[in-house]
Amino acid sequence: MIIGVLKEIHPGERRVAMAPSVAKQCIKNGHSVLFEHGAGIIANFTDDQYEDSGVEIVESAHKIWEQADVILKIRPPEEGAEEIEEGEEEEYFETGKHEADLLRKGACLICLLNPGHNSDLLKRLAKRGGTAIAVDAIPRISRAQSMDVLSSMANISGYRAVTEAAHNFGRLFTGQITAAGRIPPAKVLVIGAGVAGLSAIGAAQSLGAIVRAFDTRTSVREEIQSMGAEYLEMNLDEDGAGSGGYAKTMSKEFIESEMNLFAKQAKEVNIIITTAAIPGKKSPVLITREMVESMIPGSVIVDLAAEDGGNCELTRPGEIYVHNKVTIIGLTDLPSRLPTQASQLFSNNTAKLIQHLNVDGELNLDLEDEITGAITVVHDGKVLWDPETQNKVKKKTVAPVKLETVSEKISELPEVEKKKWSLLKMIGFLSAFVLVALIGFGGSSEFISHVTVFVLACFVGYMVIWNVSPSLHTPLMSVTNAISGIIVIGGMIHLSGEQIILPAIAVLLATINIVGGFLVTHRMLEMFRK
Amino acid sequence: MPEGLITVAYIVSAALFILSLRGLSNQETARRGNMFGVAGMIIAVVATVLGGQVDSMGTLILVMLFGGGIGLVVARRVAMTAMPELVAILHSFVGAAAVLVGIVSHLESGSLTGTELLIHKIEIVLGVFIGAYTFTGSVIAFLKLRGSLGGKPLTLPLRHQLNILLVLVSVLLGTWFVNGAPEEQIMYLLIIIAISGLLGIHMIMAIGGADMPVVVSMLNSYSGWAAASAGFMLSNDLLIITGALVGSSGAILSYIMCRGMHRSFISVIAGGFGVAEGTVAAVSKEDEGKEAQSISYEETADILRGAKQVIVVPGYGMAVAQAQHIVHEITENLQKRNIIIKFAIHPVAGRLPGHMNVLLAEANLPYDIIFEMDEINSVFNATDVVLVIGANDIVNPGALDDESSPIYGMPVLEVWDAKSVIVLKRSMATGYSGVGNPLYFRDNTWMLFGDAKESLNKVAALLN
Repeated sequence: MIIGVLKEIHPGERRVAMAPSVAKQCIKNGHSVLFEHGAGIIANFTDDQYEDSGVEIVESAHKIWEQADVILKIRPPEEGAEEIEEGEEEEYFETGKHEADLLRKGACLICLLNPGHNSDLLKRLAKRGGTAIAVDAIPRISRAQSMDVLSSMANISGYRAVTEAAHNFGRLFTGQITAAGRIPPAKVLVIGAGVAGLSAIGAAQSLGAIVRAFDTRTSVREEIQSMGAEYLEMNLDEDGAGSGGYAKTMSKEFIESEMNLFAKQAKEVNIIITTAAIPGKKSPVLITREMVESMIPGSVIVDLAAEDGGNCELTRPGEIYVHNKVTIIGLTDLPSRLPTQASQLFSNNTAKLIQHLNVDGELNLDLEDEITGAITVVHDGKVLWDPETQNKVKKKTVAPVKLETVSEKISELPEVEKKKWSLLKMIGFLSAFVLVALIGFGGSSEFISHVTVFVLACFVGYMVIWNVSPSLHTPLMSVTNAISGIIVIGGMIHLSGEQIILPAIAVLLATINIVGGFLVTHRMLEMFRK
Repeated sequence: MPEGLITVAYIVSAALFILSLRGLSNQETARRGNMFGVAGMIIAVVATVLGGQVDSMGTLILVMLFGGGIGLVVARRVAMTAMPELVAILHSFVGAAAVLVGIVSHLESGSLTGTELLIHKIEIVLGVFIGAYTFTGSVIAFLKLRGSLGGKPLTLPLRHQLNILLVLVSVLLGTWFVNGAPEEQIMYLLIIIAISGLLGIHMIMAIGGADMPVVVSMLNSYSGWAAASAGFMLSNDLLIITGALVGSSGAILSYIMCRGMHRSFISVIAGGFGVAEGTVAAVSKEDEGKEAQSISYEETADILRGAKQVIVVPGYGMAVAQAQHIVHEITENLQKRNIIIKFAIHPVAGRLPGHMNVLLAEANLPYDIIFEMDEINSVFNATDVVLVIGANDIVNPGALDDESSPIYGMPVLEVWDAKSVIVLKRSMATGYSGVGNPLYFRDNTWMLFGDAKESLNKVAALLN
């Protein structure tokens, strides 16, 4: 199929929806790629690079909207920048025509759509009769991890949040003792330990700061600690793990004690990075005006939830400004500020997604599929996005059903096995009993004494061998090889009679065993060292 | 030398053998254990010689020197990767010796009468039967391990019935042997040997390559029983004790191996499991259309350099590629960078119980960084990189969650819990069990295709 890649028209957007390496991969997979001239230039991907990958460079967005089966971009469709001039249809993308109105019937648009907030846009797309896929609606299940754009972008945001903070912070992050005096390390508080939070913890940690982190979900405590940060605790038993890997809204008591914790921390730390966004809802305010004003002068707040209202009361989305000597960073385009990497990851994710949807070179939307069903928000003239069902689907995927069947199986299986075993055991005991009785009645006393020795030796062997360390099993085999060469005695005894050849061969073989077995064991054991 | 003294000497050497096996319980005492074994053997041989039971001393010395010479050369020359073959062929020698002792013992059983003669004859039949089975079975195992015979199981139609028939015929011949006229007996005995030998060939041929560790330890066990039955024939307690020790040792090893593969002993012996090496398995439904991600040497080196903890999972592929020494070099390099490196050994990795431990020891890797499966499975989630070198079935997640998988239920190394897994492999072919491995299609798995030794050499060069 034909994949079209559009230049972003949103002001300040630096990313591009497909990196050259991914384009190459797509072409290898049998697709052809149309690429809007100059779309990758701000992300440091030149048209030449794309051409080398086998991409066709197209001068106008118009052609892509007309020809491509799959249209890739990053931001949701929006109004063009300039006013339309009659008769200049070639200049679509700058003509002020809304991108959503360009979607061809039968074509499929893949981009970030934020379907929870953009119902008007979805309706507009539906009118065109095409398909729209929201890459930000990918369910958080392990099968879809490689397509999860939000995680990739959150990872970059978290990293960039730290470097933005460092840039606006008047001090070093790391602690040092120099000839000119001691530099105390910066203290960083990260609120929310999702992908972005953990990434921020990692970045701050490696710059040398002391990092503390808080999350309402107690289950992430280990993840926080594994990144080297300190997990801040509250004395309340509520767990904030909601569906789909996101946190849920908490009770009033919980929020109160949470706020007390933040108020206390605000006075101590230099940097606060907040990442608490709840999908489809306004972000909770966690850092109040008072807290900001109580912070040490020169401190920095980075609000990664700025787009959905912000976790800080004073956040101005898209802006960096100073309030009362505290810098508040409300940038909403952090991934776009690392455009090369962000484009690379975004396009890796979407390429995996296309691969998932692709059947024999055509898009196949199996709406029953857990992933496809969740992300297809517009199809056949209808808006399919419904937050209610979305939640239900997510809940359905949780696995109690599976657990039940497994536990049933566990309780069923052993019994069958047991029955089988007890029967086998009975047969075994019975035959052993008969054998012992036979030996007792019919055997000579010498034979019985041999059997005694044999049985006892078996038990000794059983006891001794279980103690052998598994790492020494090979030496064990070679040493038992050598020892079983004791059969040499059988050959030696018979060497006396008229038979000479057969016993001699037996002695020969057994000697090879003895010498070879012991020597090779010795050789092996010499190699084991502490 | 009085008979009492000989018996005492035999008791001492039996005790030394037990101490020898006891010594193998850990690495510190293992060498001493081996020395006990040598001492026990010398005492037993010397006591037999001094006991005056050997007439032609000249022949004995000549033969023993010759045999000892061969043993010496073999033990010196054998490569550590070829240990399974050596062990298998040594088993066959014990089997052959037991057969020979059985025949000779029959030819010289003149003085016995009545019940004693009957028991003696039964012992002989049993002894040669086990001996011949061990002999041919071990030879087949040897050829399979050497690669002279393919790993694919030979599955004749009605093979189970055929085996049972062979056993029944042997029993029938056995009764004829016991009751028959003296001049016909030797013929029956030889036919029993032939049938038993055939049975050994047929049964081991039917067992697939994946079950080879079980086969080798099972034959180890049989070689012990063969020695014990020779002891019964000769009324020699030392042989009985030693044979019983070796027999139970092999039986326990087989049991441990079976448990490691989650297969019952009977199903292993019945055979028919597994395919020829190099078969590409059908991909499971979920993985259809997914492509395994490959990785370059540079990226591998970078990932290793950036890790805090690395776990290496070696498999038979490492043995084949002789890559253990370069693994050591990489280990040292990483240790110098303060990266924690550990080794994880699955009970059935390789073709012999404990095979991987020996190879790593050969490459001078200290045994305190080498861990068993149960010790290390919980550590994978705190690990940055797992390096899987030529292992397949032992890291197959299908064994845990895919009920349709033939290896479902087998305990495996849960490498996928680590942040990333790098699999060194020659191609996408399956392991001995012939089962596809969903691990290769996981998002955190990368494939480094090529010969393990060459690949690791390149990675090591980049690390330096």
